[in-house]
Amino acid sequence: MNALLGDLTIFVLAIFVGYEVISKVPVILHTPLMSGTNAIHGIIVVGAILVTGQADTAVVKWLGFVGVVLGAINVMGGFLVTDRMLRMFGKKKETPRG
Amino acid sequence: MSPETELGGAGAGATLVYLVAAVLFILGIKQLSSPQSARSGNRLAAIGMTIALVVTLLDRRILSYTEIAIGLLLGGGIGAIAARRVAMTAMPQLVALLNGSGGGAAAVVSTLEFNHLLRATGGLPPTEGVSILLGSLIGAVSFTGSIVAWGKLQGVFSEKAIIYPLQKPINFLLAAAILFLGGLLLTNAAGMPAYLAFLGASLLLGVLAVIPIGGGDMPVVVSLLNSFTGLATAAAGFALHNVVLIISGTLVGASGTLLTYLMCKAMNRPITNVLFGAFGATTAVSGAGAGGAGGAALAGKPVRDVSAEDAATMLAYAQSVIIIPGYGLAVAQAQHGVRELADLLKAKGVEVKYAIHPVAGRMPGHMNVLLAEANVPYEELFDLEQINDDFGRCDVALVIGANDVVNPAARHDPQSPIYGMPILDADRSKHVVILKRSMKPGFAGIENELFFDPKAMMLFGDAKASIGKLVAAVKGL
Repeated sequence: MNALLGDLTIFVLAIFVGYEVISKVPVILHTPLMSGTNAIHGIIVVGAILVTGQADTAVVKWLGFVGVVLGAINVMGGFLVTDRMLRMFGKKKETPRG
Repeated sequence: MSPETELGGAGAGATLVYLVAAVLFILGIKQLSSPQSARSGNRLAAIGMTIALVVTLLDRRILSYTEIAIGLLLGGGIGAIAARRVAMTAMPQLVALLNGSGGGAAAVVSTLEFNHLLRATGGLPPTEGVSILLGSLIGAVSFTGSIVAWGKLQGVFSEKAIIYPLQKPINFLLAAAILFLGGLLLTNAAGMPAYLAFLGASLLLGVLAVIPIGGGDMPVVVSLLNSFTGLATAAAGFALHNVVLIISGTLVGASGTLLTYLMCKAMNRPITNVLFGAFGATTAVSGAGAGGAGGAALAGKPVRDVSAEDAATMLAYAQSVIIIPGYGLAVAQAQHGVRELADLLKAKGVEVKYAIHPVAGRMPGHMNVLLAEANVPYEELFDLEQINDDFGRCDVALVIGANDVVNPAARHDPQSPIYGMPILDADRSKHVVILKRSMKPGFAGIENELFFDPKAMMLFGDAKASIGKLVAAVKGL
């Protein structure tokens, strides 16, 4: 029960932290914000690794494998595509200004 | 319950590292608050992810690495290729797919945790049980819902809102079945078969919930599903007692919820209307009636054509020009031409700004990304609140492939389906030049009275071709 209360505390505080940091992100960066937070929920791959690593039957192993693949797609795709977009926002200094 | 019987409970050392990773995620998002620091913010978050992965791989309870290693390499490879190849116009589709991947992974993790608990303890402990069922339900809905959203954005499925008989009763029954099966599982009155039925019903719910939503509302759906995947991750974190899953999942849940709210506000429609209103379909029906009425009032009015040369002259001799890009610009891949035109005008001393409506493009902030790709400096991009007062002082508003977001009916016609939606006040500038393929109505399926305004001029044709003509004409001046 104590573990649950601890988890619940973290959850509620994270809602407020999330709201605070995200509401400061300007509209022009909302797409990278979305793909970047998208990559962050790829953290589920940690859970997939743990359940797959302890698999004791073939079915669990295969399902876990699917979970790891999906999670890894989420992480890699999310971070790389966000970086690709943010690189475009950063390069303004090279463009000639009228 | 002792930590040994849980799959994911980490040791003290690992928990500390997870906490560091979570802090890096938060700092990373914080740096997204400015375009200069945003890229390093994303890197911080990626570093957090890497250390979380490394410490997980060192977990002593892992018995075999074969599947994990192959899975990480395969998934990472697919993700990297997709991220590199995707066109910026197709970003919403990619985000939908990445969302679906995360949701699917969350459903898998919850399913395996259910299986583990069932076999280890013979039943479902209530607290872990609720987390597992929520993780499975939300993850599964996000998985199939995202795939349908992707299909609609990509044009694989019909973009229209698909409605079929008994739609609402069927969805209601499905939701009731999910609740009933969940109750059985939580009271340990049923085992694996009931769980599989629960999971199957959740997967089906994801499909049926997104199918009736029109393609134009997909940005809201994608934001919402983003938040769902975050919450499914957090739920899996509760089941596994893993702090980094809880914090990260919740952060994303908050982010997706906030973006969904902002999108709905920008369209002046409550979320329930977006999700259950079948907007594209109902307006197609009422469009015949209401559009007929509005159309009749506008039918007699003439529309003024303008040649590229005349429009170019107006632009070049203006003091201030505001460009209003819409999705039509992106579809025509005209953003590079627009930047060239803007550079030419600036060289002639014209002040050029861009007015970006919150729902321009196919996801929140999409238009900014497309313009950034074309090297438009972000200092020239302004959102609705920032720029609306400037239209009164603006000589020419150049509307490119945008329609509903500049329709003045949203301000004054309570009969209009878009009444109350915040719009860009293009009609308050001295002249309006509208680049448009044809007189076809926009997403809302209604006539735009701005096109019939005496100070409005239409330059018909493909946006890219028209911009090319304008560029050539300005050069020739």
